[in-house]
Amino acid sequence: MNEASLIGLFEATVSFGALLYLAALGEMIAEKAGILNLGVEGMMAMGAVTGFVVALQTGNPWVALVAAVAAGAMVGLLHGFFTVVLGAEQVVSGLSLTILGLGLAAFVGRGSVGEPAGAEMVSVDWGPLSDIPWAGPILFAQSPFVYLAVIMGFVTWFVLWRTRLGLAVRAAGESASTADAAGHSVVGIRLAAVATGGGLAGASGAYLTLSLTPQWADGIVAGRGWIAVALVIFGAWRPGRVAVGALLFGLTLALKTRLQTFGVDFSPILLSMLPYLLTISVLVAISIRSRNRPSPAPAALGIAYRREER
Amino acid sequence: MTEPPHPTGLAGTSEMPDGVASADDLPAVELRDIWKRFPGVVANAGAHLRVRRGSVHAVLGENGAGKSTLMNVLSGVYRPDEGDVRIGGMAHHFRTPADALAAGVGMVHQEFRLVPSFTVAENVVLGACERIVRRSAVEFAVGALAERFGLATEPDRPVWQLSMGERQRVEILKALWRDAQILILDEPTAVLTPGEADELGAVLRHMADDGRTVVFISHKLHEVMGFCDEATVLRGGKTVAASLSVADTDASELAGLMVGASPVITERPPLREAGEVRLEVRHLRCLDDRGLNGLDGMELAVRSGEIVGIAGVAGNGQRELTQCIAGLRPVESGTVHLMGEDRTDASPRQRFADGLGYIPEDRLGVGLAPRLSVTDNAVLRTYGRHRRGPFLDSGAATSHCRDLVDQFGVRTGPLDEPIAGLSGGNLQRLLVGRELVDGPRVVVAAQPTRGLDVQGVKAIQDLLVGERDAGAAVLLISEDLDELLTLADRLLVIHAGRIVAEFDPTAAERHAIGEAMVGHAVPVDDQAANR
Repeated sequence: MNEASLIGLFEATVSFGALLYLAALGEMIAEKAGILNLGVEGMMAMGAVTGFVVALQTGNPWVALVAAVAAGAMVGLLHGFFTVVLGAEQVVSGLSLTILGLGLAAFVGRGSVGEPAGAEMVSVDWGPLSDIPWAGPILFAQSPFVYLAVIMGFVTWFVLWRTRLGLAVRAAGESASTADAAGHSVVGIRLAAVATGGGLAGASGAYLTLSLTPQWADGIVAGRGWIAVALVIFGAWRPGRVAVGALLFGLTLALKTRLQTFGVDFSPILLSMLPYLLTISVLVAISIRSRNRPSPAPAALGIAYRREER
Repeated sequence: MTEPPHPTGLAGTSEMPDGVASADDLPAVELRDIWKRFPGVVANAGAHLRVRRGSVHAVLGENGAGKSTLMNVLSGVYRPDEGDVRIGGMAHHFRTPADALAAGVGMVHQEFRLVPSFTVAENVVLGACERIVRRSAVEFAVGALAERFGLATEPDRPVWQLSMGERQRVEILKALWRDAQILILDEPTAVLTPGEADELGAVLRHMADDGRTVVFISHKLHEVMGFCDEATVLRGGKTVAASLSVADTDASELAGLMVGASPVITERPPLREAGEVRLEVRHLRCLDDRGLNGLDGMELAVRSGEIVGIAGVAGNGQRELTQCIAGLRPVESGTVHLMGEDRTDASPRQRFADGLGYIPEDRLGVGLAPRLSVTDNAVLRTYGRHRRGPFLDSGAATSHCRDLVDQFGVRTGPLDEPIAGLSGGNLQRLLVGRELVDGPRVVVAAQPTRGLDVQGVKAIQDLLVGERDAGAAVLLISEDLDELLTLADRLLVIHAGRIVAEFDPTAAERHAIGEAMVGHAVPVDDQAANR
């Protein structure tokens, strides 16, 4: 195991970590508002295919990114329409969204399989910073998506914990009737949160097809949407802890393809179970710790709100 | 309802006798002919309310009389099917609570609208703060507001750690923070100790003198007489007496209007000879929700055929005591004995099998499952009996439930409907009925009559006395001192997680009990030594 392959491992860890973080932040925002969206996988697929197809048409990766965000947000809003407006069961709607998103993405992208990418996001050049040994390639020569993920992490933390809007979003997720009584529109907040979450999942998908593996193939998301859902629980609904988890889970993704080159005889299939095993351990730890205190999960997560219910 | 109906003769009849038509003479609140229907229930059937600016106005009525619904109409939670809402003479059509808040109407709900994981300050400013929330500045401002109105609170504490009384102060602060000119309180004293209720009364009077208007819903007539100016009485969704001056009426007239019959007065039941010790708590210690000492060396014994009352300021270990006895809270040290057996580590189900009936403080959270049907709730304890092979025998469950509903006078709709639509009094009858139907040997009742109307209180109290007469050992925890003095055969005072004094209810002085409740008392050990 030489220095170059270790650097490569950490570089990939950060890349995969950012990929997961974007999607997990989106899911966290929706869950903080009380909406569980299990359609992350589908929203990522829609973002991935939209980004790729728009890049083919326009040749501009930024236009493609905006389109991918919009596509993710639209799919998110669909979930919002069913669960927030119609009060449908969130688990059922989210699961359908995954199936719908994967199918629709395969359909939209059927003519683009194997095409060379129309445009790619060029890695950011930080000048002298990029030349620092180790830190340069790992931190300062990454795709713009990585820096977008970092910025979105800080923005999400600030908005949720330091603004009036964030107070309203968290109240909607903890006790919708309280948020309503305080004069906030629970429907509006929840729709906006689930659309924002969809947009971030779309961006995460676009990261795949515009930067990480610039091509379209059916099944390109490959279960990472589910890891993002688990990551929110692992991170106890806090942006900082979710970031730590994203790097940890990113490491398992990066290791998966490299284990054999490192000469380690460990099944990559077992390795891909690691994120879920870690999440289950965190769930156990949370429930042990929270015997006499509230769980970190939003109290109204998954519960539809209707005002005139007695 | 596209345009407000033209004022009818009603406006003329309700004019003040000396009314000069200026803005100041317009009532702060006027509700006219409000109708509100829910599936299967007409909650308001033409209710009226007229409240003078700068007054404390009581709205009285039994459970199910439509008070809460009417107040929810006034505060924008419900839209009325018919009728007019006027604030300061202006017609309003509130679509949301936000609209009502904008018009200056703030409501303190019976079920608190608080986010448990938020701090006091976050709860207070929710929906009414700057775009950017600066923690320390907001906490300071909330603390200052609380101090100005004499409402003791800690702005940086999370609400889930607070007692019910403290939570209510947060609710009142929320309304004050929004500068509500009209403050509606839905049974505010139901969760308060007598002392706290008096303090609240002083705060409300202070607010009214400040020019604000307070609408106060209560069952407790002495509070209405004590700090309200006027009273409106509802019965069956209709107004039966509007804006009576409290100075010109008396408690028995109001009680009569509420129940439509002569007032009920609970007589002190005759004392029975107490038998063997059935419930004993020995040197019990446990932690509260905050991880601090909840019970700190609790000692008590309840004998067959007696009611032992526990008085105390809210948050001194009452909740923890009942939870430890019911097996719902881990014990640090000490023991709980039922029928002489050490049952400290027994499960709640084993204790039920021993003959423990438990009426928890939190009716809808711990006692009953709101989304389950009446039948399902009725058989929650005993479903093992109503079965056919491995299956639940729904016919037997339903007939058990029907017996229970008949025996305990629960007014309910179809038995297979969720119980969430039942009024507070009927929920409590169902819960108490479920716990008492088998004739338990030990009854632990926490705040069993809180928030009930006169007849509901009487019914529950009679049931408890009946259990005692049948030989049960009854532990009654209440924040209503009158209730304890009426029912209890022995009165213990709890303070800081232990019993600090014991009184004979027939000879006790309220003053001395009050002193003990705040911790100024002779330690119970000394009294025990003299026994």
